[in-house]
Amino acid sequence: MIDRITVHSGRYHDSVRLMQASQVLRTAAGVEEALVAMGTELNLTLLEDLHFDPEQLVGVGPNDLIVAVRAVDEAALATTDQVLEEALAAKRGSSEPTDSPPAHLVETAAATIGANLALISIPGRYAFVEAMGALRAGLHVMVFSDNVSIEHEILLKEEAAKRDLLVMGPDCGTSIVGGIGLGFANAVRPGSVSLVGASGTGIQQLTCLLDDAGVGIRHAWGTGSRDLSEAVGGSSTLRGLTALDADPGTDVIVVVSKPPATEVATAVRAAAAHCSTPVVVAFMEPGSTLEGAANAVLSLLGREPATFTIWPAASGDHRSGGLRGLFSGGTLRDEARFIVEPVIGPLFLTETTEGSSLVDYGDDLYTEGRAHPMIDQTVRLERLESTVTNTSIGVVLLDVVLGYGANPDPAVELAPVIRELSGAGIAVVATLCGSKGDPQGLDYQAGLLQKAGAAVFLSNAAAATRAAELVGGEA
Amino acid sequence: MSLERLLEDELIVATAGVEILGQALVDQATTIAAAEWRPPAAGTADALASLAAAGRTEAANATAIERMLAVRPQFVDVAVAREVIPGMTDTMLLHAGPPLTWDRSSGPIKGAIIGALLYEGMAATAEEAEEIAGGGGITMSPCHHHQTVGPMAGIVSPSMPVAVVRDADGDGVAYSTLNEGLGKVLRYGAYGPEVIERLHWIGNVLGPVVAATLKYVGPIDLQSLIAQALQMGDDGHNRNRAATSLLLRMFGPGLVENESVPLAERGAVFRFIESNDHFMLNLVMAAGKLAVDAASGVEGSSLVTTMARNGTDFGIRLSGTGDRWFTAPAPIVDGLFLGAFTKADANPDIGDSAITETVGLGGFAMAASPAIVGFVGGTASGAVRRTQEMYEITLAEHPAYQIPQLEFRGTPVGIDATLVVRTGVQPQINTGIAHKDPGIGMVGAGLVKAPMQCFAEAVVALADGVR
Repeated sequence: MIDRITVHSGRYHDSVRLMQASQVLRTAAGVEEALVAMGTELNLTLLEDLHFDPEQLVGVGPNDLIVAVRAVDEAALATTDQVLEEALAAKRGSSEPTDSPPAHLVETAAATIGANLALISIPGRYAFVEAMGALRAGLHVMVFSDNVSIEHEILLKEEAAKRDLLVMGPDCGTSIVGGIGLGFANAVRPGSVSLVGASGTGIQQLTCLLDDAGVGIRHAWGTGSRDLSEAVGGSSTLRGLTALDADPGTDVIVVVSKPPATEVATAVRAAAAHCSTPVVVAFMEPGSTLEGAANAVLSLLGREPATFTIWPAASGDHRSGGLRGLFSGGTLRDEARFIVEPVIGPLFLTETTEGSSLVDYGDDLYTEGRAHPMIDQTVRLERLESTVTNTSIGVVLLDVVLGYGANPDPAVELAPVIRELSGAGIAVVATLCGSKGDPQGLDYQAGLLQKAGAAVFLSNAAAATRAAELVGGEA
Repeated sequence: MSLERLLEDELIVATAGVEILGQALVDQATTIAAAEWRPPAAGTADALASLAAAGRTEAANATAIERMLAVRPQFVDVAVAREVIPGMTDTMLLHAGPPLTWDRSSGPIKGAIIGALLYEGMAATAEEAEEIAGGGGITMSPCHHHQTVGPMAGIVSPSMPVAVVRDADGDGVAYSTLNEGLGKVLRYGAYGPEVIERLHWIGNVLGPVVAATLKYVGPIDLQSLIAQALQMGDDGHNRNRAATSLLLRMFGPGLVENESVPLAERGAVFRFIESNDHFMLNLVMAAGKLAVDAASGVEGSSLVTTMARNGTDFGIRLSGTGDRWFTAPAPIVDGLFLGAFTKADANPDIGDSAITETVGLGGFAMAASPAIVGFVGGTASGAVRRTQEMYEITLAEHPAYQIPQLEFRGTPVGIDATLVVRTGVQPQINTGIAHKDPGIGMVGAGLVKAPMQCFAEAVVALADGVR
C-alpha cells in the first residue's frame, strides 16, 4: 500500500461536495482508502484515524484542501488525479433554467448542443470572423454567405487543414452531410455515392439524377464556388476527396465543379487517380454533362445507363424565333450553354431584347438586395411576362429547383405565365431539378408545369438539348 | 471532431443567419441551435477580421487568463500608503478610474479630495482645499497606476492606512484603502467633521489593530474566503455580508486573545467591522487587482484587465494594449435610491470597484446572490440570467468561485473585448451610487453596463498592433 497526501491551499469546496468526491475516489480501481476534505481540525483527526501520516499534515489549515489517498500501487495512485478532478468539476451547462439567454455567436450556440458543424449565412463582410471562430471552436463549417474575400477564404481553409476540419464555402449553396441537406439541397435517398464539388446546382442536379436512377447519396460536400480557382488551389476539394476515399461507406466518388483552373484540374485528376475508390471527375466543360456524370457512376456500379424522367408537353407546335433562357442555377445555365451554342451559335449571357440569351438570375448582378431566384422568383416572373409579347422569341428555357431552402411551391407561381407563353405560341422547356422526396412534391410540381404547357425534363442536359432542337429546327 | 468523424457522426448544427436554412434542418429532424447573431459594434468589423486572420489572440488570451487565475491573494498586513505604495509622494492623491484632472472631476471626486486634504492637515477649510487642488498643489494619479484600487472616488492620501494583499504563489502585491462603512463617507464625496474624525480613527486604531490581528491569526486566504462567501449569497461587489462575517470569524481569536492591543480597541474594531457589511469589498478589490496585474501585458491578448470609472469617464484597459486607457462618458446607474434621493441626484458611474466584475465577481456572479435581486426587478431568475449572459463574453469559468444555483459552475471570468464587440453583450456591473455634489455621500445602488465604445476602440487599437 502507498499513501499520498496532497495539499491544495486556498482551494475551497463545500463539505457535501467533498464527501461526494471522497466517495467517488474510494471506489476507484486500486484505491484502498481516500479522504478529500478541507483541513479542519475534525478532518485532521479523521485522517489520523485512517492512519495517514500526521507529519505531512503539520501546518495544514481549514482553507487547505487535502487529498489523501491510499492505493495498491503508483499506477492506481496516478489515476486518482483525473477521477478527483472529474468529481469536483462543475457539470458545465447541465443546469437548465427556464429562460436561459440566447447565444449570439455560432460557437456559443454550438456549445449548448454539442454541435459538430456550423452553418453560416450572415452577410459576407462578417462571415469570416464567425467562420474562424467556429473553426477555432473545433467545428466543421459551411459558409453559405458570398462576398467573402479570397484572402479570407484561403485563411479559413488553411486553418481548417491545420485542425483536420472541413470548410464548405464561402459561397457554398449546397451540401449533404450524412444524408442531411444543408443550404439548398434535395431530399435524395441514402446510398453509397459521395460527391465533393464547387458547384451548388451541379450537386443538386447530379444527386437528383442519381436518385431518379435509384442510386442513393451518402455525402455531397460543397466546397464553394472558388475552391478550384488558382488562388485557393482546390484545398477543400482535395481534402474532401481524401477523406471520402478513406470512407468505407462510399463506393463511388464524384468530383463536380465549374470549369477549374488548369493546374488545379490537373492536381484534382492526379489525386483522383491515386484514390482506391473509383472517382468520376465531372468538370462542367463543353462536351461534359451532369447526365453523363450520372451515367458514369451507374456504369461504375455495374448498372445500365439511365433514361431520366420526362413529362412531355401536350403540344409540339410553336412559333419561330430565338431562345430565351432564364436560370436560377449557374451551373445549369453553363451546362445548357455548352449544349445550345454548338447548335444555334453564340448566345447573350446577360439580358437582351434582341437575339437568343441564357441568363443566370442567381448571379450577383440580379440578386443585389433581394433573395435568390430559387426562393423569390419575382424577377424571373417579370421577365417571363415581358417575353409573351416579344415576337423575336420562339422558345423559353428555364430551371425550377426544388428541395430544402427553395421556394415552397414554385410551379404554382410559374404556371399562369407559362400558360400565357404557350397561348402566344412560345414553346416552354423546363428543367425540374428535384427528387421524389423533396418537400414541394416532384410529380405535383411537374404536373402543374406540364398542364400549363411546358415540356418538363429532370435532366437539364435533356431540356437544353430539346430547346436547341426547337430553336435550331426553325433556323 | 476530425474530418474522419464527419463521415460517421450524427450531424448536429449550429446556425447563424438565414432562418429558413435552419428550418430546413429542423424539417429533416436534425438538432440545431440558432445563434441570435447581430453585426458587431460599429467600426469593429475590419479590426475583428484582422485579429481573426492573425490568429494570435487565442493563445495570448490563454496565457493571460492562466496568469489571472493562478494568483492566490492573501491579506497579509495593513501599512501606511506613503510607505508602501509604489510611486506615492507626500503631495499625491490617488483616485479611482482613468486619469483625471481637477477641473474635469465630478462632485464626489472633488468632495473626497477636499476631505483627504483636510484629513492630511494640508488644508484647514474646504475652500482652502479647493484652492490647493485647483491650483496644482497636489498631483492626481489613478490608483490603478500604483498597484492600488479604491471604491467610488477611490481617494488614497499619503497617510491613510492601506490593506496589503500579496500573491501567495508569486511576487505580486496590491493595495486598497480600508472600508469606512456606509452613509456619509469620504469615498462617496462626503467630508464633514464626522468623516474626517472617522478617518483618523481608521488611521490610529483600525489599521494598527487589524495589522496586529493579522500577525496573530496569520495571513487570510482571500480566494478561499470569497469562494465560501459566494456560496453564502454574496456577489463580492454589492453584497459582502457573508464575506465580512467570515473575515470577522477568522479575526476572532486575534480580537479576543491578542493582549498586545488594548481590549477596548479590539472591541471597537470588532463592532466597526460587524456593523459594516462592506468591509470585505476593499479586500476583494485588492485581490482582484493582483489578478488583473498578473494578466497584464500579454502581447495580442484581448483580455480586459481594467474596468474603472472616475465619475466622469468610464475606462478599460486590455492585456495586449498595455497601459493605454480606452474611455467613454461614464453612464448613469440604473438603481434603487436611499430615502428621498432620486436619479436626478446621482453622479455618473464611479469607482475602481468594477474590478470585481473584471475578475468574475459582482454582476458576473449575480446568480450566486439572490439577496440582491431587488436590483433586477426582484426575480432570482433575472439574477441568474445576468450571470449566464456573461459566459458568452468571458474566456473561462473561475475554478474557485462557484455558483450553487448553476450546478456549481464557476463564475464567468476574463472578459474578452473581442467577444463583447462581436456579441453586443455589455459587461454587467453591480455598483453603488454617489451624490453628484461634493459633501453629500451615498444615495443608492444599482446596475450599470460598461459602455460599448470603450471596447470597440480597444479592439481597433489591438488590431492595429497586430497588423
